[in-house]
Amino acid sequence: MTQQIWLIARRSIVRTFRQPGTWIPPLTFPLMLMAVNSNGLRAATHLPGFPTDSFLAFFLPFSFLQGALFASGIAGVDLARDIDTGFLNRLALTPVRGSALLIGQIGGAVGLGALQACVYLGVGLAFGVHIDTGVAGAFLILLLAVLIATGWGTLGLWLALRTGSGEGVQSQFPLLFFATFISSMNLPRNLIEVTWFRDVATINPVSYMIEGLRSLVISGWDAQALLLGFGFTLALIAVSLGLAGRQLKVRMART
Amino acid sequence: MDVAFGLAHRQITVLFKNPSLFIPPMLFPLMNFMAFAGGLSRLRHVPGFDFHGGYTAFQFVFVLLQSAAFGGVFAGFGIARDFERGFARRLLVSAPQRSGIIAGYAIAALVRWAMIAVVLTTVGLIAGMKIGGNGVDLFGMYGLAIIFNQVGLLWACGVAMRFRSVQAGPLMQTPVFMVLFLAPVYVPLDLLSGWIHAVARLNPLTFILESGRDFIQGEPTQVALAFGLAAALFVVFAFWARTGLRAAENSG
Repeated sequence: MTQQIWLIARRSIVRTFRQPGTWIPPLTFPLMLMAVNSNGLRAATHLPGFPTDSFLAFFLPFSFLQGALFASGIAGVDLARDIDTGFLNRLALTPVRGSALLIGQIGGAVGLGALQACVYLGVGLAFGVHIDTGVAGAFLILLLAVLIATGWGTLGLWLALRTGSGEGVQSQFPLLFFATFISSMNLPRNLIEVTWFRDVATINPVSYMIEGLRSLVISGWDAQALLLGFGFTLALIAVSLGLAGRQLKVRMART
Repeated sequence: MDVAFGLAHRQITVLFKNPSLFIPPMLFPLMNFMAFAGGLSRLRHVPGFDFHGGYTAFQFVFVLLQSAAFGGVFAGFGIARDFERGFARRLLVSAPQRSGIIAGYAIAALVRWAMIAVVLTTVGLIAGMKIGGNGVDLFGMYGLAIIFNQVGLLWACGVAMRFRSVQAGPLMQTPVFMVLFLAPVYVPLDLLSGWIHAVARLNPLTFILESGRDFIQGEPTQVALAFGLAAALFVVFAFWARTGLRAAENSG
């Protein structure tokens, strides 16, 4: 089982990093948005109750999430291509277990998520972001960022198995993007003025993922924020894996 | 003109028959509008925020211009797709006046964006957007957006005709995205600081955007400058698109 996962994961990682066109835009786009938004929204730090005087520190965690979102697209499109080219069908004739296939397939997304997390954290530190929880907090940020990439990547696999096409996966991308926008990405929830937006942001798990990361950067050790952040992330992984596993059985039965 | 109207008719028909081509460009500005106007409205309380029309109207103008530019860019994807599938080459052979091809794509882009603008405006009004300007002011605001839509189309058209592949999509989108977000998107120009303030001051879109915002709050300023810049961009990118057409012709 371990060897099966490793073989598929290695293929997924090599395939992702062999094509610069696949991994460079997802790596750089969140950096561009971070550069623009951290300056364009700096005035927000003058609002009474804003938790920090550095908007870059406030916004940095969103970059991890956005990078993870792109990673989900990569994982999904890669699996959709495997379905399209018949690779998945050929794999079905081998003794590879479905669970090994799913866990291995997200290897590329996890690898990219890890690279993104290191780059974003490095850029943040280089531009003067102070991590309130120190070195231990920085490692926890990397861990949570990789887990978030795993969660979104697994969701991408489910979409690929459900739609069976790269276009199908990409067409869902705006919805996932929307889910990240209707969150506390730009302002803390208590400062969001519009009631319906604040309510949606409050029931949106993405807010808690961002707030878990954010707490480590700007507010120190916050057990509640971390529990919610890790809890929703692990729940996303579990639910997406369950959905993807069920969909894999359906797809295998069809073929 | 026959070429232009014939091609525009074909493009619009293709659009209506493929909701997947039409819906994402419609949803994207709506999502931005909801996220910006809904999530950031508290910014109007920042000291020095001197826009009187409310934050929804403030963001509406940006999203309207964004939808206009991306409406043009998405139409550029269609041009690239036509080249990939061979349709554009057949068009080049059969069209008696080839500049009509650009005009056809431009009309289609305008019609496509007009539908998005109607939906966006309706959503804005439902969301309680305050309009301080009169009919002439609004005509000015939508006029700027129409020119910006055509600028977006001409830019994307020039790229599509040079590369003749959908793979040039990021090249069409990224510069437009950068120009849009290097303008005063969230707060007025005076509240920006650091390098982004310096860049925004030189960004032509800043003047168009600020003029549009002044139109919607009924206090039009720098109108001549905004329309002059928009017209200059139109001329420059019309030349870019025309030379792109020539490159496509020369490629055989």
